[in-house]
Amino acid sequence: MGISHLSILGAHPNVEVVGVCDTSKMVNDFLSRYGKFTCFTDYKKMLADVKPDAVVVAVPTKFHYSMIKDLLESGVHIFAEKPFCLTATQGEELVKLAAQKKVVNQIGYHNKFIGTFGEVKRLIKEGALGQVYHFVAESYGPVVIRPKQDTWRSDPKEGGGCLLDYASHVIDLINDILAPVKSVKGSLLKSIYSTTVEDAVYSLVELQNNVSGVLSVNWSDETHRKMTTSVTIEGTKGKIISDANELKVYFKDAGTPAGYNKGWTVKYITDLTPQVDFYLRGEEYSAQLDYFVDAVAGKVPNTINTFQSAWYTDKAIELIKQSVN
Amino acid sequence: MERILFGDNQFFAVNHISDEKSRAQSIKFREDSAIVKTLDDARSLGVNTFMCTTHDRIANICAIIRQEPEKYRDFKIFPCMPYAHKYANAVTELGIAGTLKQYVPGNFIGSMFKGGMAFLSKDYLSIMELLVDSEMKMFRGINTPVIFLQNVITDLLLGLRAYEVLAAFYHYVKRKHNAEAGFITMNMPKLLDALESQGIENPIICSSINKVGFRMSGGKEIYEETLKNRKLRAIAMQVLGGGAIAPKEALEYVCELPNIESILFGASSKANIQNTVETIRHFDGAPSNA
Repeated sequence: MGISHLSILGAHPNVEVVGVCDTSKMVNDFLSRYGKFTCFTDYKKMLADVKPDAVVVAVPTKFHYSMIKDLLESGVHIFAEKPFCLTATQGEELVKLAAQKKVVNQIGYHNKFIGTFGEVKRLIKEGALGQVYHFVAESYGPVVIRPKQDTWRSDPKEGGGCLLDYASHVIDLINDILAPVKSVKGSLLKSIYSTTVEDAVYSLVELQNNVSGVLSVNWSDETHRKMTTSVTIEGTKGKIISDANELKVYFKDAGTPAGYNKGWTVKYITDLTPQVDFYLRGEEYSAQLDYFVDAVAGKVPNTINTFQSAWYTDKAIELIKQSVN
Repeated sequence: MERILFGDNQFFAVNHISDEKSRAQSIKFREDSAIVKTLDDARSLGVNTFMCTTHDRIANICAIIRQEPEKYRDFKIFPCMPYAHKYANAVTELGIAGTLKQYVPGNFIGSMFKGGMAFLSKDYLSIMELLVDSEMKMFRGINTPVIFLQNVITDLLLGLRAYEVLAAFYHYVKRKHNAEAGFITMNMPKLLDALESQGIENPIICSSINKVGFRMSGGKEIYEETLKNRKLRAIAMQVLGGGAIAPKEALEYVCELPNIESILFGASSKANIQNTVETIRHFDGAPSNA
């Protein structure tokens, strides 16, 4: 989705896009002709020629490790798409290098910029649910709904498959809202239409704070018009059910946080999402790049979606893979 | 354009605030006849323009309409293209080149991808033209006086600063399909600047306009300023702010803004359509049975 990152940055008042790198001649010709962008086919040449302050990396996951390493060594700030790396070892090296180089580092887990999930995190952090004892994290959508698909998404070596490409979003959300995954009790990776990768992931996981729960993700579910992610969290004082649009909270007793009642309270994304200056596909996509730009400018701390937090997700993905055998 | 336009989100399970509601809608409208029945309800209340995406199922609806020319004599459709999910799914499956090969008619794309020649402006614009023609096929024989570019494409091109492509769409729709071009956007003031920079005056722009500022990028104030001081034929959509505002209050706000030519809304039941139509007419000061 590099083209939508470029569109958002192209419209951003505090960003000057000094170079674009793509391997497609058709894309480069279009961008230089109409958008007057300076285009490259070699990112190293781009770095040397235009000397950017920051680089957005939106390429297939298998290229992340080597490209991000090169970029870190040249000292630029980096926003990269998810998932972070293909192995936890690669990610660990980059986390250390980013810290050493003191550059802003961010991964595109856009759910963190969705108002409903932000509110869930706030409620959990203030202990509103009491002792949390169970969660269900789900994600469904229509990515692979027929046999015979042949893209990098169907190649496990390139970061394809439902676990890396799709389940990573909701794993990352749980890492952030509750705690990073500590162990995986057992997993089912099912191929539904694909032959080389899994289309569904069902997993029983335990987090670092000893809360356990269920992960249920299926990218071959066409009953959802687009990707639908939701979390259900149960605690001794109540329950939260949230997706990207709607937040439903149940409290057993009075003495709830401000804005909530005993029993059910429903809040909508419209009440919880701040305005963006340029909208394409969803507020969260603009908001995450705004945050990155502000972090580079030193206006906000670089604490959301850091390489470190994305590494926890890579690690959880590895644990899930290992738990299958 | 008529003051009230009827939208299609409810038919295709698009609900901006609730996945449960969208599932219920998807069940309610699984038969084409249920869609036609709702359109007939809207027509019976004086709403004769249907603004819809070029979803595959719209082709079925068009076929039904063509069968009864007398009944649908005054009926108009404003197509909104492309139906982005169709292409997004194809890109996932086939890649960009494969998608173009699949959807652009003829051998044009095949010959473009051969050899390492540079792509010329006319190549990109030809692709756009062929895609417009292919999306328009389903509307054969139906009155389509305005043809819209969907916000996902309008805004993508806007951010990429490909204003010339937006202008080319505007001119092509006029020349080939004898229709006005319209643009759906989530960035109305910015889009107006871009279109004016291409010499397009008083364009038809459909954007979110609502009392709570939902999806009004850059803020409600700049939208209100633009409506007040600049020249455009504005269509207000998402007037209920995704459901965050009570209908009466929502419609009062939009009806009192200057320069809103049309209001777009969708509803599943006749009672809701009637309620909305009557409320708009009430705030417009017209008799409610007009």
